[in-house]
Amino acid sequence: MLLFPESISPRSPRFIAVAALLVVLAIVPPIAANAGGPFYVTLALRILVFALAAASLNLLLGYAGLVSFGHALYLGIGAYVVAILSFHGVTNGWLHLGVALALSAIIAFLTGLVCLRTSGIAFIMITLAFAQMFFFLATSLKYYGGDDGLAVARRSDFEPLFSIQSNTGLYYVTVVVLVATLYLSWRLVHSRLGRVLRGASSNVRRMEALGFPVLRYRLAAYVMAGCVCGFAGLLLGNLARFASPAYMAWTVSGDLIVMIILGGVATIVGPLIGAIVYVILETIIAAYTQHWMVVLGPIILLVALFAKRGIYGSFLAWERRIDFAR
Amino acid sequence: MKKLFATFALTFGIMLTNSASAEQTVKIGFVGTFSGSGASFGEDMYDAFMLPIERNGGKLGGVPVQVIRKDSQFKPEVANQVTDELLDRENVSIIAGVTFSNEMMAIYQKVIGRGVYIIGSNASPSQLAGAQCSPLYFNTNAQNDQRAEAAGKYMMEKGYKRVYTMAPNYQAGKDYLAGFKRYYKLPLAGEVYTSLSQLDFQAELTQMTAAKPDAVYAFYPGGLGVQFIRQWRQAGLAGAIPLITGSTVDLLTLPALKEDAIGVVHFAPWGPDLDNPQNKRFVSEFDAKHKRLPSEYAASAYDSALLLDSAITRVKGNLGDKPAFTAALKAADFQSVKGKFKFNHNHMPIQDFYVFEVVKDGNKDRYTHKTVTVAMADAIDAYQADCPMK
Amino acid sequence: MTWSLFFVQALNGLQYGVLLFLLAAGLTLVFGIMNFVNLAHGSFYMLGAYLGAAVYSASGSFVLAGVAAVTGALVIGVAIERTTLIAFYARDHLYQVLATVGLILFFNEIARILWGSSAIYMRAPQAFTGAISLMGILYPSYRFLVIAVGLAVAVGLYVLIHHTRIGMLTRAGATNLRLVSVLGINIRLLNTALFGLGAALAGLAGLMAAPILAVQPGMGDNIIVTVLLVIVVGGIGSIRGAFFGALIVGLVDTIGRVYLPILLSHLTERDSADAAGSALASMLIYLFMAVVLAVRPQGLFPMPR
Repeated sequence: MLLFPESISPRSPRFIAVAALLVVLAIVPPIAANAGGPFYVTLALRILVFALAAASLNLLLGYAGLVSFGHALYLGIGAYVVAILSFHGVTNGWLHLGVALALSAIIAFLTGLVCLRTSGIAFIMITLAFAQMFFFLATSLKYYGGDDGLAVARRSDFEPLFSIQSNTGLYYVTVVVLVATLYLSWRLVHSRLGRVLRGASSNVRRMEALGFPVLRYRLAAYVMAGCVCGFAGLLLGNLARFASPAYMAWTVSGDLIVMIILGGVATIVGPLIGAIVYVILETIIAAYTQHWMVVLGPIILLVALFAKRGIYGSFLAWERRIDFAR
Repeated sequence: MKKLFATFALTFGIMLTNSASAEQTVKIGFVGTFSGSGASFGEDMYDAFMLPIERNGGKLGGVPVQVIRKDSQFKPEVANQVTDELLDRENVSIIAGVTFSNEMMAIYQKVIGRGVYIIGSNASPSQLAGAQCSPLYFNTNAQNDQRAEAAGKYMMEKGYKRVYTMAPNYQAGKDYLAGFKRYYKLPLAGEVYTSLSQLDFQAELTQMTAAKPDAVYAFYPGGLGVQFIRQWRQAGLAGAIPLITGSTVDLLTLPALKEDAIGVVHFAPWGPDLDNPQNKRFVSEFDAKHKRLPSEYAASAYDSALLLDSAITRVKGNLGDKPAFTAALKAADFQSVKGKFKFNHNHMPIQDFYVFEVVKDGNKDRYTHKTVTVAMADAIDAYQADCPMK
Repeated sequence: MTWSLFFVQALNGLQYGVLLFLLAAGLTLVFGIMNFVNLAHGSFYMLGAYLGAAVYSASGSFVLAGVAAVTGALVIGVAIERTTLIAFYARDHLYQVLATVGLILFFNEIARILWGSSAIYMRAPQAFTGAISLMGILYPSYRFLVIAVGLAVAVGLYVLIHHTRIGMLTRAGATNLRLVSVLGINIRLLNTALFGLGAALAGLAGLMAAPILAVQPGMGDNIIVTVLLVIVVGGIGSIRGAFFGALIVGLVDTIGRVYLPILLSHLTERDSADAAGSALASMLIYLFMAVVLAVRPQGLFPMPR
C-alpha cells in the first residue's frame, strides 16, 4: 500500500507548508531554552494537546458531519485516569494508556449508541448533555477531589523506553503522537470508512441504499475519535499534573470547535493550525487589554460568518487554484 | 473553558509591561481569588498584605520585593496554571496568599517540589498541617478545622442535643465539619454537603427544618454565605433556630448582609476589636486607606507580610540558605495583630479562638464583630501529630 | 419522610421549573420555527438580571426593575437578531453554535467590564422578604411570587399562541414555514418578534432569579444547558412541551437531589449512600433525558409536523 493515500508533489505548497510546520514543532524546546525558559515549552505543549483533541473531533465534525458538543468529555477521562491511578500508586504509563483508551472506547461506544440515533440539533444537544452528565459525575467523586479536582502524584512512567517526567520529554512524545494521529487521520479519510462517512454526511439515505450500515461506520469513527481524545486527556493530565471536572465543561468542547473551524474544517492539518492561531491570538489580544474576551468573542463570530474554509482550508483552495495539486 | 488560556495571556501582558527588576529583588507570587463569588477574599488579603510593604517603601526586611498578583478565580485548574507561570516565567521564591483550600491542594506539591516557599494566610487544609507538612510551608491562618473545632466545643458545652450541619462540598467544607465533629461528640441530626456552585439552598433548608434540630452549624464562605444567610432569613428561620457559623458572617459578608446577620454567632481567631496596639494600628490604617474594616483573612495576610519582614531581616535578605530562612520563619519574631503568636512544629499557629456576635459599628452604617468570650485558648490543630517535622 | 415535607420540596421543584420555563419558552420558539440554535439565550438571562439589579438598587422599585430587565433584554435581543444572527439562519448548525458561543464570551466580558467580576447580590422586594407557614413548614414568600409570575406568563403565552393571530402564525410557521411565507406573511418580522419575546422572557427570568442566586458574569452558562435539555425533552418548537418539560425537569432535579441520598441510605451505609446519592442526583436529569429520547426521540409534547 502507498505510504501516502493521495499523490503529493514535494514541490507543492502543501508539502512545503506541512514540512515547515514539522520542523518548527521539532525545534521549539531548544529555542525556548535559549529564549525564555520552560514557560514556552509548557505553552507549546498545551497548544499541541488541544490540537490533538481538536484533530480527533475534526474526524467527526469535519468529515462525518457530526457536530459533537461533548467531546471534551474524553479529555477529562484521560486526565482522571492518570490522576486516579497515580493516586493509588499505579504509575506504569502503559497501564495508564491502556485504561484511558479502554475507558474512552467503552464510554464512546455506549454514548454513541444513544447519540447516533439522533441528528441535527438533537445530536448536538444530546452530546452536550452527556458531557454535562460526566462533568457532574466527576464533581460528585468526593474521594477523588470532586469539584476541587485531583492532583497527579507522579507522571505516567514509560521508562525505560522513554521518559515524560520532564516537560521536554513530554513535548516530544506529544509531537510524535500528534503527527502520528494526523497521518493516520489522513489514511483514514481516504479509506473506505472515510469515504462512507463523508458520503453519509451529505446524504445518509443514499449511503444506506448503497448497502452501507451507516450507523456502524459512524459508531466506529465515534469510538476512534473518543480514544484519541482520551489519549490527549492523558497527556493533559501529565502536563498539568492535575485532573479537574472543568476539563469536561461544554465550553471546552466549544473551544475545540472554534479551533477546528478557524484552522479549516475537513482538513487534516487544520486543527493544529487552529489551535496555534487561537492561543496566540488570545495571548496577543490579552497583552493589550485585560478584557480580551470582548475582542475574541466577536472574532469568533466573524470566523463563523466568513471563514467557511478556515486558514488552512483557504490555503488549500489557493493551492488548487494555482493548479499545483496534481 | 477559555479561562484555561486566559492566564497565559495575562502573563504575557505582564511580561510586556514590567520593566527589568532590580538586583536582589525578592519576587513573591500572590495567588488569590479576585473574581466570582470569592473575590472579596482575595481583595481583602491582598490589600492587607501590601500594607506593610507599602509602608516600608516596597520593601520587606530591608530588601525590595516585587509582588506579582494572579487571579485563580476560585478554580483549582486556573490556580494550577497561574502557578506554572509564577514558577516558570517569573521565578518567584515565595508564593503567598492562596485563598481557597482547593486551590492550595492543586498547587502545593508543584510549588514545594520546586523548592519555592508557600507562606499561606488563608487556605489551610488538614493534609498540609499533618502528613504533608514541609519546611517550605507556613501558614499564619488557623488550620481549617479549628474554627469549627472551637464551635463544636462551644455547642457541646452549651448543651445542644440535636445539631444539624451544612457546608459546601469541597476541601474546606469537609475540613470544617470534620473539625466540628471532633469536639461535638453527640450524633448529628444531619450532615449536608451542597455543591460548591449551588447558590440556592431552599431545598436543603426545608429538609433541615423538617429534621427539627435545636441548633445549626454552617460554613458558607464569601458569596455563598450571603446567599445562605439571606435565604435563612427569608425562610423565617432567624430567631427560630440558633445559627452558629464559621467564616460565614465575617467582615467580608457583613457589608452585604447588614442587619440580616444580627443574631448569628461567629467563631474566629481574630476580631477588629482585639485589644493590642498592632491590631489597633492595623484596623485604623486599613479603614483609612480602604474605607472598610478588614476581615480576619486580611488580618492573617497582614501577619504573613510582617512574618516575611521579620524573617527576611533575620537572614539579611539571603533566601538562598533554606535551612536558615525556614528557621527564621519558624521563629515568628514579629508583633502579630492577634496579640500572641507562635508556630507549632508543623508550622501552624498556636492561638486563641473567640466567640463573636454581630453588632453595629458605633453609629456608622456598617456592622462588625464584638468579642463575647474566649472559646478555646492556645488551640493546637488536630493534625500536628502526623507531621514528621521536629 | 413526611408528606408535608414532600409537598414543600415539590414546591421548590415547581419554582425551579417555572424559572426554566421562562427561559425555555423563548428558546423553543426560535428553535422550532427558524431551526436556529441560540446558545446565547443565557446571555439575555444574565443581562436581565444585571439591568434589573442595577435599576432596583437605584430606584428601590421592583416593578421598575422588572420593566428595565424585560425591555432591556428585548431591545438587546432584537438588536442582536437583526444585525448579527440574521446572517446565520441559512447556515449549518455548527456555525450557529459557534457564532452564539462567540456572543456568550462577548456578553460575559461586557458584564465584567460594566459591573466587575464579583457577584452582585440583590434583595427580594420589601413586601416579599417574609415567609409563609405551609403545613408547619415556613416557605419564603418571594418564591411564591416567582411561581405566580411564571404561571401568569404561561397563561399569557397560552392565550397568545392559541387565541391571537400572531399565535396562529407561530403555530403555522412551526409546522410549515415555507407555506406561511408563500401566503404573504413577513416571516422575518415574525421571527424578530418571537426572538424579542423570547429574549424578554429570559430577561424576566434573570430578574426573578437575581434575589435567589448571585448576579455574576457567566451566570447563564450553566443554566442554558439545562434549558436545552428541557426543550429537547419537551419537544422542540412546542410551548406546551417547554412548560411541561420545564416542570418535570425542575421536579425531578429538586426531588431527586433531596431524596436520592435518603433512598440509598436505606440500601447501603451512610457514607457511600451520600456519595452515590449526590452523584446519581446530579446525573439524574441527563439520564432522564436519555431515556425519554430513547423511547420518544421527538420529545414528550412535539409539534405536529
